[in-house]
Formats: sequence, structure tokens, C-alpha cells
Amino acid sequence: MTTLTTAVEKGTELYLLTRTVTRDRLVRYAGASGDFNPIHYNDRFATEVGLPGVIAHGMLTMGLACATLTDWLDDPADLISYGVRFTRPVPVPDPGEVALEVRAVVGTVDPEAGTARIDLAVTLEGTSVLGKSQAHVRLH
Amino acid sequence: MSAVNADFVGRVFTGTPPYVASRAKIAEFAAAVGAEAAVHVDPAAAQALGYADVVAPGTFAVVIAQRAEAEYIQDPAAAIDFSRVVHANEVFTHHRPIVAGDQLHTAVHVDSITERAGIAMVTTRSVISDGAGELVCEVTSTLAVRGEDS
Repeated sequence: MTTLTTAVEKGTELYLLTRTVTRDRLVRYAGASGDFNPIHYNDRFATEVGLPGVIAHGMLTMGLACATLTDWLDDPADLISYGVRFTRPVPVPDPGEVALEVRAVVGTVDPEAGTARIDLAVTLEGTSVLGKSQAHVRLH
Repeated sequence: MSAVNADFVGRVFTGTPPYVASRAKIAEFAAAVGAEAAVHVDPAAAQALGYADVVAPGTFAVVIAQRAEAEYIQDPAAAIDFSRVVHANEVFTHHRPIVAGDQLHTAVHVDSITERAGIAMVTTRSVISDGAGELVCEVTSTLAVRGEDS
């Protein structure tokens, strides 16, 4: 649990974490979010529409990345905004799991506004899966 | 030619009934995205930070936005073939956190429909307000819709 102050410097790495994704988590996210697109649980359907197999919900990848930041901050209200582009699918094998690495780095600091941009890079085996993954947080 | 009906740009959809945020749904969503902070599940921890009840994770508003976007996307006249849709980008702008007990109204604005190389990019902005009419969150979402020939 951390509070960011206006003294934080651009380029500072805040943390590097790994989040694993399994089929179990896809089913859990489908239920929690109401997104029951079969490409997220049915291999036959996913293959028929040209995917390598079942893929994670883009919004699950985004949600996992967002949660690393809000868990790291003291107060979830310090998250002002978070946006991403979905650039690459995340295939989830069965059996097995995939490990997503989330690296949070201070992108810019605006001391007058009292905000900072935090870049949440999400990679799968070294390859980025989200583009322009940028959060804005309130500084104290 | 894109199949998506560009005449919908500028339209606003407000026909989805209010969404009532519950402790159970917030806890379920927090578990799904690995959000482990106590404020998502423990009312006492949330109250210690000054919130009336448990606080939803930062991307929870997608549940509310997608439910409301369906009024537009499922309108046959909008001509969006959901089997040809890929989620292209998503942005959440929070004005305050969503907490359990909130009764949330959503207005879905069709901000733009552009087409390039047979792919239509459809951008909606879901404006989520509370029972008092105060702005809670805006969710901007862009869908890429492949045309019949691509």
C-alpha cells in the first residue's frame, strides 16, 4: 500500500509483477463480467473463427493490470483514468497457464495538476499485449 | 462498403434500466481480476477510507457500460454484426469510485463511426451517473467491425 507524492520522478519503476491466467480464470471473469463470448471458453468455436484457440478477454488483461495498480495505491480513488489498446490476443492453453508480466513505470509527472501518468506495460513472453496502457493517478 | 450504419453517429441511448451495484457482484469481479485490496470486499475497510460501502475495482464499470451499449449494438438498424467485432480500445475516466448501493444510470453516446480498409471503427462513450445525477464514470470503447469482404 503506497501513496505517490509530487516528488515522484519520471522513469521510476514502481513494481514488476506476474499474473497467471488459466481457463479457470477465464470462466470466472466471464461470470463476473457477463461477457460470455465463446472464444473465451470454447476451443472449437475459437478455432472456427480463425483464432489459435481460446483467448483471454481483453478486458480481463486490462482488469488484471488495473488491479495491480489499485492494489499498490492506498486509495482506489487515486486512479483518475486508465486506457488501453488491445494489440495482441492472449492465448490460454488447456491444460496449462500463461504468465503476464505487468511493469509499472512513471511516464510523466504534472506537479501543478497533482497528477502522474503511470505506464502499465503488459507482456507475454516478452511481447507486449496492450498498447498505450496508461493510467493517470492523483498525487499527494 | 461498411455494413455499419454511420447515421447513428450523435445518437444517445438511455433506455437501459438503472444498474444497482451490489457487494456480491463487486467481490466476484474483484476476485476475477485479482484485485486483493480489502476495500473491495470489507465494508469496514472501505468505511475507514471514507466510502459508504465496498469500492468496485477500476474496470468494473465495463459491466455497466457493456450492458447499456447492447441497446445500441443489438439495434438491427445499427447493422453491427457482433460475430465480426473485435474490441480495439477502452478508456475509463473516473469521477468517483463506484460503491455498493449505487444506483447507476447510463447514457450511451455514439461518438464516431469511421471506416478504413473495410473495417469500421465504432466508438461509444457510456456516461454513468448516480441517483443524484452526479457523474461517476465515463467509459469510452472502440469496436473494430470487419466488413463482409474483409
